[in-house]
Amino acid sequence: MEFWQAIRLGISGIMGNKLRSFLTMLGVILGVSAVIILVALAEGSTQQVSERIQSMGSNLLSVSIRGRGNTGYLSYEEVLKWEAYEGVSKVAPSISTQVQAKFGNKTKDVNIEGTNHSYHEVRNTHVVMGRGLTPIDVEFREKVAVIGANVAKELFGEFTPLGEHIKLRGINYRVIGVLESKGSTIGGSSDDAVLIPLTSAERFVGTRGIRRVYVQAENPETVDQVVAKLTEFLTDKYKDPDNFSVFNQTEMLQTVNQVTSMLTVMLGGIAGIALLVGGIGIMNIMLVTVTERTREIGIRKAIGAKKRHILYQFLVEAVVISALGGVIGIFLGVGIAKLISVFTSIAIKFSLPVIFIAFFFAVLVGIVFGVYPANKAARLNPIEALRYE
Amino acid sequence: MLKMSNISKIYQTGAVEVIALNKINLTVEEGEFVAIVGPSGSGKSTLMNLIGCLDIPTQGEYWLDGQEVSKLSDDELADIRNLKIGFIFQGFNLLHKLSALENVELPLIYRGMNAKERQERALRALAKVGLEHRLHHKPSELSGGQQQRVAIARALAGDPPLILADEPTGNLDSVSGKEVLASLQELNQQGHTIILITHDTQVAERARRIIRIQDGSIVSDERMG
Repeated sequence: MEFWQAIRLGISGIMGNKLRSFLTMLGVILGVSAVIILVALAEGSTQQVSERIQSMGSNLLSVSIRGRGNTGYLSYEEVLKWEAYEGVSKVAPSISTQVQAKFGNKTKDVNIEGTNHSYHEVRNTHVVMGRGLTPIDVEFREKVAVIGANVAKELFGEFTPLGEHIKLRGINYRVIGVLESKGSTIGGSSDDAVLIPLTSAERFVGTRGIRRVYVQAENPETVDQVVAKLTEFLTDKYKDPDNFSVFNQTEMLQTVNQVTSMLTVMLGGIAGIALLVGGIGIMNIMLVTVTERTREIGIRKAIGAKKRHILYQFLVEAVVISALGGVIGIFLGVGIAKLISVFTSIAIKFSLPVIFIAFFFAVLVGIVFGVYPANKAARLNPIEALRYE
Repeated sequence: MLKMSNISKIYQTGAVEVIALNKINLTVEEGEFVAIVGPSGSGKSTLMNLIGCLDIPTQGEYWLDGQEVSKLSDDELADIRNLKIGFIFQGFNLLHKLSALENVELPLIYRGMNAKERQERALRALAKVGLEHRLHHKPSELSGGQQQRVAIARALAGDPPLILADEPTGNLDSVSGKEVLASLQELNQQGHTIILITHDTQVAERARRIIRIQDGSIVSDERMG
């Protein structure tokens, strides 16, 4: 009961001076909302980047050959042998080049990728219409093409492209499928791609040999093992490690997460400093309040208030200011972050623990910075306090 | 009821010692109406602070309602003030943000009394001073005399054995002053022990016993009628 009484007294103290209380609260409000907004933005971007990395395919490794020496590039047969390695799920080689695709009088610059049937799964690019590449397409050097969503839209508009022929460097390719739209991803969008059988592409590009291979590991645990095995194979073949590289998506994801979580902590910390400054504002105002209300404290003490009664009263006032500021800050922060994401299409992600931490930190700041003024009030001498004008 | 023996209060300001009270001996019985009179600087404020347990003496013993209070801690003194003394001040000393009723309830809050009993007691005390129709007025909405009656109600609410009034008419016009003094007399007739501190001999004459104090010592102690 004494507790509720103290809260009531605290609130009436705050209501007694609305403008000043609000200005004091403002420091906490801005601090809490800054924490929420900055962390929401940082975590939103983290999530967006990780999703983009993951959309390239799961447990993905990609091997690139840079060397030009006598050893040359990889052959399809060589590459297919990797599928037998322990921990490897699928292997999709890729030969790519940029050309102009033509249908009727419409043209579009596309990214040709010569690959095999595994590509769809390894690169996480699914066919939404028609069918994907098959081993037979590769074996018989079929002139067939699976086209990206943008390519389909720009060349065919509303018409179904299936069964139509598009011209790539003057050669007719029959469209057998359309890929699902993925938007922009790291490492080029599949929306502007045209997939053709690897064997057709070899002739097309004019070089035999594969410079890039996508490898899917069975699960995240086998990724390292597969990297080791591939590195061993490539070192054996090319000697100089500068001639090839094995890109590990899982590792990249970890790096990105490390960097962004550091970013989150940093931004949160900076916003936390704003909260601390808000706390100093509370202390400042509470000290003024205590001085102003010296006579009131004297009266309360004269009629029997103990030290702790006075201490609670002023402490509660400080805590109510900071807690109320915290609640307003949460609403403001969430609102502003949502506005930012609506108007700038920057991704945001609210973290409930961070919201709670920001709130409790605000309350803690109120307690820490309220104790000194409250204690000062509690220790006033009643006679002197009563005499105070 | 109240017994002071050899009470001294010495203030130390730098190297100078100021003897505010010098070996005061004072006994007040239950039901008395005592006025303590003296010019300013005579030590009567110091005496009132000691009687009111707002301060402790440098030397001597002070028994209040059967308890020795001269060596208690701040919080223990707060308890004594809350339970045994009702204060009436010259400047009313009401909390201007609280209503009359809330002001009267305040000492009971610090006593830890529940809301229902607190309100009943406060209502009864306000009725006693004739302010039952001004419960929810703020002090600023009341006249000086009414404010002082709220303060009297506050002093009464806790039903303390001793009521201590410090220049209760000092800030009032003569009509309101007379009203307040009449209330105090009435309370005394109902059995409350009252100690009135004033520099005004006319006010003091309402009491049944007048103690004159000068230079920190009691110079006369006379009972009327």
